[in-house]
Amino acid sequence: MEQVLQIIGIEQYIYLSVILFCIGVFGILYRRNAIVMFMSIEIMLNAANLLLVAFSNYHEDAQGQVFVFFTMAVAAAEVAIGLAILVAIYRHIGSIDIDKLKNLKG
Amino acid sequence: MIEILFYILSALTLGSAFMTVISKNPIHSAIWLVVSFFSIAGHYALFNSQFLAMVHIIVYSGAIMILMLFTIMLMNLNISNEISKPMITKIIAVVCFGLVGLVLISSLAQTAPVVDAYAATGKDYQSIEVLGKILLNEFTVPFEMAAILLLMAMIGAVLISKKDKTTT
Repeated sequence: MEQVLQIIGIEQYIYLSVILFCIGVFGILYRRNAIVMFMSIEIMLNAANLLLVAFSNYHEDAQGQVFVFFTMAVAAAEVAIGLAILVAIYRHIGSIDIDKLKNLKG
Repeated sequence: MIEILFYILSALTLGSAFMTVISKNPIHSAIWLVVSFFSIAGHYALFNSQFLAMVHIIVYSGAIMILMLFTIMLMNLNISNEISKPMITKIIAVVCFGLVGLVLISSLAQTAPVVDAYAATGKDYQSIEVLGKILLNEFTVPFEMAAILLLMAMIGAVLISKKDKTTT
């Protein structure tokens, strides 16, 4: 069975991950809705995961995939806590527009 | 064949990720994000790493997206009343997108590889059996720590989102 990296090459995966990461950065800067910013963070995490799996295949080493597994656990914890905080904010302010969260500005 | 599949999956990943960012309605963003996650799981399946493909679909498309859709519907955000950012912020966002991409691509494209060339040895390194042995032999302590982290996250989420009786 032929491996996918023999046909495509690691460079294509590097470019794909970089562009996916940049879309995540763009989403963080472009939107004001806090939930969509969370989704952008998920996109950035997925770009890093994809590159970890690609290099794990390149070196034929399973440790990269183990780290992807841990990243998924951390991402699940992060989303649970973050959405709980957003619900609490929505209950207090009535909106999750990040431009309204400036009580600390003084 | 694999090449065509790779390009279709890549176009699907990038396009749906971009639609996630620019959709006005948060529910549409969530649906596009599900498409993006499924195509990334397709990339993992293309790498022949079955365990990660399955776990990715279960965790991201199953758990995380349900949580996000539930929160969106709880907050009644499906009417898109979001005021968009001023024009100067949008221009700066596009410029930052281009600059980050340019810097990362140009720096990563110029690096010399540590391993000279990729050569498939046919060794089994990513079946569920091998991954389970590595996870429970070399990475036992981080594995247990991940369990404690998830427990803490669960307790914290319940505590934070609980109704505060003193203020209401």
